[in-house]
Amino acid sequence: MQFVSKPRPDAKTLAPVISLFVLIMGTSLVTPGFLDISIVDGHIYGSLVDIVHRATPMLLVAVGMAIVIGTKGIDLSVGSIIAISGAVTAVLTVNTEWLPFVVMGCALLAGMACGLWNGLLVTVFGIQPIVATLILMVAGRGIAQMITGGQIVTFHSEFFNAIGNGFFAGLPLRVVLAIVIVVATALVLRKTALGLFFESVGANAESSRLMGIDSRMLILIAYVFSGFCSAMAGIILAADIRGADANNAGLWLELDAILAVVIAGASLSGGRIYLGLTVIGALIIQTLTTAILTSGLPAQYNLIVKASIVLLVLLIQSSRTRDFVKSRLMLARRSSHVE
Amino acid sequence: MLNERVLPLIATIVVFVLLYGYGIYEYKGFRDTLVFTNLLTDNAFLIVTAVGMSFVIISGGIDLSVGSMIAFIGVLLAYLISGLGIHPVFAAVIALCVATFFGTMMGVIIAYFDIQPFIVTLAGLFLFRGLAYLINLDSVPIDHSFLVTLAEIYVPLPGRGGLTFIAMAMIVLLVIGMVVAKRTRFGLNVYAIGGDKQSASLLGVPVNRTLVKIYALSGFYSGAAGIVFAIYTGSGYPLAAVGVELDAIAAVVIGGTLLTGGVGFVVGAFLGALIQGIIQTLIIFDGTLNSWWTKVAIGVLLLLFILMQKGIVHFTKRYTEKSVKPEPEAVPVTKAA
Repeated sequence: MQFVSKPRPDAKTLAPVISLFVLIMGTSLVTPGFLDISIVDGHIYGSLVDIVHRATPMLLVAVGMAIVIGTKGIDLSVGSIIAISGAVTAVLTVNTEWLPFVVMGCALLAGMACGLWNGLLVTVFGIQPIVATLILMVAGRGIAQMITGGQIVTFHSEFFNAIGNGFFAGLPLRVVLAIVIVVATALVLRKTALGLFFESVGANAESSRLMGIDSRMLILIAYVFSGFCSAMAGIILAADIRGADANNAGLWLELDAILAVVIAGASLSGGRIYLGLTVIGALIIQTLTTAILTSGLPAQYNLIVKASIVLLVLLIQSSRTRDFVKSRLMLARRSSHVE
Repeated sequence: MLNERVLPLIATIVVFVLLYGYGIYEYKGFRDTLVFTNLLTDNAFLIVTAVGMSFVIISGGIDLSVGSMIAFIGVLLAYLISGLGIHPVFAAVIALCVATFFGTMMGVIIAYFDIQPFIVTLAGLFLFRGLAYLINLDSVPIDHSFLVTLAEIYVPLPGRGGLTFIAMAMIVLLVIGMVVAKRTRFGLNVYAIGGDKQSASLLGVPVNRTLVKIYALSGFYSGAAGIVFAIYTGSGYPLAAVGVELDAIAAVVIGGTLLTGGVGFVVGAFLGALIQGIIQTLIIFDGTLNSWWTKVAIGVLLLLFILMQKGIVHFTKRYTEKSVKPEPEAVPVTKAA
């Protein structure tokens, strides 16, 4: 079993960590001053902080995605949920006098309702996760546009400005928020049996059910949690630009999130949740994006690099590749014995 | 002939007729064949994509890279014609070869490395969009006297309508797809793999080779859709056709193809895409509704069709189980609902 707090130092878990380290070192060679961290007005600044700051929304989505993928599912609707929760935040802030906490609660509830919808389609109706979440992915941006009335709603609120760009104890507030959520999730998953249950459902839902685990309820919870995480990301993104853009908020974020989970080494066929490594995976992707931008390469290389990396990771993970390499090694060893 | 395989297709036809009938009842303009032929022209690229997607979904896979492929091929075509001055026919042949090559590569990775098609084609989605950006960042017009001649081809039909070149090209590609699916060994293999990969392989179906061919075919069809789209818009734009993969999947599902594979009709994709087109046209004719209603309507329709498929599969399974065993075991779906 894999503990989040104590990752077993084998090759599989070390690979993402080493990749992140190499990536940061490589970038700092190309871009001088990449590692510099300065403290201005009691706030931490620097490229590395900027990477963490920018990675926060995707990281949150990836954490929710990691759990959904752990139950052998997938959530394609996260981008739409981001748009919906951002729209709810903006519209409620502009049109009501409600406290920011209440507004934020409503946005989170909207995201969780979306997650509940996905979960119900997957569990009660038995629709494949790709297709079940595809429905909300198609319709969700339309719903978000209905909420905003088809416009980019801009808003002003001290509270949400703080969430988007504020600082707490020297660290960006949104980073603190993400850390709290990730640590809380890790504690709940690993200090209770819940994490094992999720992985057991992902490995084999039917045998888990026969063992007395309520598979349906757990899958439902996974999607609701993913909705919660995406809603949080949506609030942060809306607070960042002080507006809700139903068309572009969180566009293609689902791909980055899935990529982060895959880099973490989790199999898409379920049964494994690596929360800590998923966070590292998210940081790798953001570092790559930032590195490509700061190194002066055209931004369009970004997509090609990401695609190549995901293919590479998949090919390395593939059991067929491993079998092939193993058989080759065996052959080589045998032939050397003969000589 | 009325069995569970045909039922979804019949439902699709009923929805199509109802929507079109509503249009004719509500708006005078719908009575012209112009509306119908415009549907064919405007949705040609989507239908062509959906035909390729049908094969992938019937085999139990999914191809998310088609939208990016359309953009990539469009930009490539614009570069070949406007940038290098190659004749459009040769440029189209080169573009189709490139598209088929990339489709084949994805198929090889899916088949021989046993990686889920979903994630491989997701990487393809990134890659083709990136390649499109690499060639060009702006929208490039495609100007050539040959394309002007093509655009002038117009077969008039009674009732103010008429078939354009791309509508006819779409129909040719659709018919080829239908024939390949039902009248060739490859088509039968696709159905067999979608039904059950293991049994298909035991029965002697070359599973891996067929899978590669399926994704090559999907690459070819989305490449052809890219060419159709480029002729339709008269330009190549790297941000074109974002999200078309979802429209294509929706078209295939609404057309009565089971997402679990093994069951479906290529002609269903044609009807599914036309239904989406009609919804769009109705919303435009209404004038008061916003365009985002299209997305919501398609989402709702997609849901209804998936639920209907589930229902049909559920009841036929129950029926066949009952005829075999006297007391069927409780189906888990009904248990915890």
